[in-house]
Amino acid sequence: MNKYKKLNKSTQKLIRTICVIAVLYVVMTIMDGTGNLSSLMKGLLVPVCAYSLVAVGLNLCVGYLGELSLGHAGFMCVGAFSSAFFSRAFQDVIPDVPRFILALLIGTVVAALFGFLIAIPVLRLSGDYLAIVTLAFGEIIKNVINVMYVGMDSKGIHFSIKDQLSLGMEPDGKMLINGPQGITGTPRQSTFFIAVLLLILALVVVHNFVRSRTGRAVMAIRDNQIAAETVGLPVTKYKLVAFTLSAAIAGVGGVLYAHNINSLTATTNNFGYNMSIMILVYVVLGGIGNFSGSVIAAVVLTMLPELLRGLSTYRMLIYSIVLIVLMLFNWAPGILKWRDEHGLTTAAIVGRFKKKKEVR
Amino acid sequence: MKKKALSLALCTAMTASLFVGCGNSSSSTGSSESVDTSGEATWRIGGIGPITGGAAQYGQGVMNAIQLAVDEVNEAGGINGYQISFNFQDDEADQQKSVNAYNTLKDWGMQILEGTVTSGACQAVAAETYADRIFTLTPSASSTDVTNGHDNVYQVCFSDPNQGGVSADYIADNGLATKVGIIYDSSDPYSTGVYQNFATEAQTKGLEIVATEAFTADSKTDFTTQLQKCKDAGAELLFLPFYYTEGSIVLTQANKMGYAPTMFGVDGFDGLLGVENFDVKLAENVYLLTPFAADADDEATQKFVAAYEEKFGGTPNQFAADAYDGIYILKAALEDANLTPDASNEEICDALIASIQKISYDGLTGEDMTWNDKGEVSKAPKAVIIKDGAYVSAD
Amino acid sequence: MGFLTYLINGLSLGSVYALIALGYTMVYGIAKMLNFAHGDVIMIGAYMCFMCMSNSGMPAIVSIVIAIVCCTALGMVIEKIAYKPLRKATNLAVLITAIGVSYFLQNMALMIFGSNPVSFTSVISWEGISLAGGNLKIAGNTIVTIITCILIMIALVWFVKNTKPGQAMRAVSEDRDAATLMGINVNATISLTFAIGSGLAAIAGALLCSSYPSLTPYTGSMPGIKAFTAAVFGGIGSIPGALIGGLLLGVIEILARAYISSQLADAIVFAVLIIVLLVKPTGILGKQIKEKV
Repeated sequence: MNKYKKLNKSTQKLIRTICVIAVLYVVMTIMDGTGNLSSLMKGLLVPVCAYSLVAVGLNLCVGYLGELSLGHAGFMCVGAFSSAFFSRAFQDVIPDVPRFILALLIGTVVAALFGFLIAIPVLRLSGDYLAIVTLAFGEIIKNVINVMYVGMDSKGIHFSIKDQLSLGMEPDGKMLINGPQGITGTPRQSTFFIAVLLLILALVVVHNFVRSRTGRAVMAIRDNQIAAETVGLPVTKYKLVAFTLSAAIAGVGGVLYAHNINSLTATTNNFGYNMSIMILVYVVLGGIGNFSGSVIAAVVLTMLPELLRGLSTYRMLIYSIVLIVLMLFNWAPGILKWRDEHGLTTAAIVGRFKKKKEVR
Repeated sequence: MKKKALSLALCTAMTASLFVGCGNSSSSTGSSESVDTSGEATWRIGGIGPITGGAAQYGQGVMNAIQLAVDEVNEAGGINGYQISFNFQDDEADQQKSVNAYNTLKDWGMQILEGTVTSGACQAVAAETYADRIFTLTPSASSTDVTNGHDNVYQVCFSDPNQGGVSADYIADNGLATKVGIIYDSSDPYSTGVYQNFATEAQTKGLEIVATEAFTADSKTDFTTQLQKCKDAGAELLFLPFYYTEGSIVLTQANKMGYAPTMFGVDGFDGLLGVENFDVKLAENVYLLTPFAADADDEATQKFVAAYEEKFGGTPNQFAADAYDGIYILKAALEDANLTPDASNEEICDALIASIQKISYDGLTGEDMTWNDKGEVSKAPKAVIIKDGAYVSAD
Repeated sequence: MGFLTYLINGLSLGSVYALIALGYTMVYGIAKMLNFAHGDVIMIGAYMCFMCMSNSGMPAIVSIVIAIVCCTALGMVIEKIAYKPLRKATNLAVLITAIGVSYFLQNMALMIFGSNPVSFTSVISWEGISLAGGNLKIAGNTIVTIITCILIMIALVWFVKNTKPGQAMRAVSEDRDAATLMGINVNATISLTFAIGSGLAAIAGALLCSSYPSLTPYTGSMPGIKAFTAAVFGGIGSIPGALIGGLLLGVIEILARAYISSQLADAIVFAVLIIVLLVKPTGILGKQIKEKV
């Protein structure tokens, strides 16, 4: 315990977060084992982790690099499609476990590569112009994937950006990417255990990153780029590293997502700007620069519409109201002051929450 | 830091309450549920489709029509003497959300699924129902990927190859045109699927495809360029495999350009005449494939349309008709199998797979419908032509 | 001749983008926030117009005026409830609330107007002009939209430059705190900006749906994003920039679709946008703000 107290505050927080995640994992596993976990919850476990990962990745970009990216769903998309493509192509060749590990690596590396390539031009811009360019890249990725037709038969791999017919495939061939129908039949290999493991790993990596020499340099650039340049920091290099890492983590989320669903397509809602914006909502609601917050917000906001299902057609209406109210409650200066005056501050709420926990 | 910690604490509190809430979510009730009050066992039929989001009009039609059919069946004494409980869940036409909706229904104790409405979402859900052995009858997901390799999935609508092929055959056999232009939605599985099958069949039938133009979900307001290119290429007929929402724009813009080829839509075009305030003159002489016409003379259709209009307002489209038929098809199959609701979903699934291939059903959307072991329905798409704002058989 | 036709189609599409972008850029320039709900206010405006015109049989111009009044009121209410409390918080927080408002408006419209598309009757009954012996047609909608756009742009520039409230807007845009010290009511000024922006949205809605007549609760969202892109393209915050950005975006989209690939048109538009921004990092007419050390 003494050792724990000696650690600095952010490390303590990381350890706490990991403990909470681990406890939740154990609780969920036990509930599952005893049959108390609903199918809905069980089905949500992996996607929630996937969204959390992307949110953590984006938070690195928004919170520490200080740049608004509206294209992180694009990196998720690249990670998802490259890994699912690999898994499908080598489904009968490589055994399950090594194939999934390779798919994970490929998804991450490809997303990182895209992040790196996109970052080179993008990071010359700043502010809303950077945001719109990342949005543009995300849309380009989605659009291009939607017109890709890749098939495999005894003669090898065929590729077209027109349609299935122009592939000229042998009758025994199988479609790997079928335009807007995407990739069907991806093996389902994302388990809750892997997802949690990757999430914890990502949290540790970003925590160490922001506390490393590079991370501190990135924050210095965020706070004052000119000052950072004056003291001789290679600004572009540090920015590139942070952005690439951020994209890679989003890619991992994509790999998890792809290997949890039988049929993968790129639409506006799952890999387009709608998703990018949704992930941004997780980041802002959870607290900019606060990785654990991103995870919590991702969990809450993914669960919320599912739990509101009883409201039928009013569901999304209520959801939007809750979103606005939550934002106001957490960010509006006037409301924060009011909460301060009425004993609804952090300490008070945490105190109550702790008591509640003991009662339970 | 304070603010961050605050939001963190709040979120934690919320999450905690959510998780507590999740523990008993198996008893949660869904939308438009009709539960029998007698306390006896009921058939638990679930439905999935978009009732919010950009595809909401298709899902809502399906939801309403199933509700209508379920109420009728229940009033007439249910299936094999047991009432139906029906629960419909929203999926926003998204795959992940569709799987979530499916899991919600599973928690509710669903025995049979009538869904999902859209092809993309159905591909994802079909894999789940296949693994869980829940019999699935989709009213409107026409992609072959939905039924491929899933012995438990059956379609009420005709499949993409069926539609694309029949369209090409019809055009070639009736000599409607030799030069064909195509406009399709390259971001939509349904539209692309029909287009590809049409193109394959058109080649064998000797139709010349002079222009193939696409649009995407992100740019579906302006079709002037696609129309202009088809016009420049000399297309005498436009094949338009997409939904009526975009269809009404295409017809308006073609009219403004003064371009009047033969327009040929597939089943997605049904509903065109029901678009509020739409100038039906624009749809004059448009061909489309539909098994259902809301103004047909037969008694069953008229009864359905009247009941639908009274209860929900608006004219039902083909999605609704397919969904309405779906409940009666399930009824026929369940009666054939002579099942009771206390059977497990595996038993129901296996029995229904056997039964649905045996039965022949006359419904709103076709007569003598039968199903093969691939899950496809036998009914042939029929071409109709719009004359004076009404469907007329084109044969 | 083909090229000219495409160009006109592009201008037609671009003028609609430009009209929406004017509202975006106005709000951004003064309130410094991306109002993602703008596209949905457009949709509400279009529905209002539709209700008055097709359901109640009012003349087009009266319908548009009613729609403008409703949207202006709506814009001010939204601003009051959802954006004003966050004025001193980070810009990102307002962005997220704007997204919440956008969802809210879409789902509200879904409840009220239903999911089925309605076919919008054009507010302009003029057929347009026909050139080169009927080979080249310019629709009345296109001409009216472009003229409206230019008029609104001139009016806005004049308003911002020459009137008291306009000058207050510029002051708020330059430096909010300094403006407060100069006795400018910042809150009122920003409310006024939203009122103007939302009023413009109503006009944009009516003209958008006159050219592209299918109206659903989601009609506004995609043109909204495109118009946002157009506003950035032209240099966000610049009123003439929005017009130029919108028109260029429309023309590029149509030409890409016509001459390169209709499947990849979206990707090409965005690629051009990226290239332009790399060459000119603040858009075509954007101000380059030098950071002081």
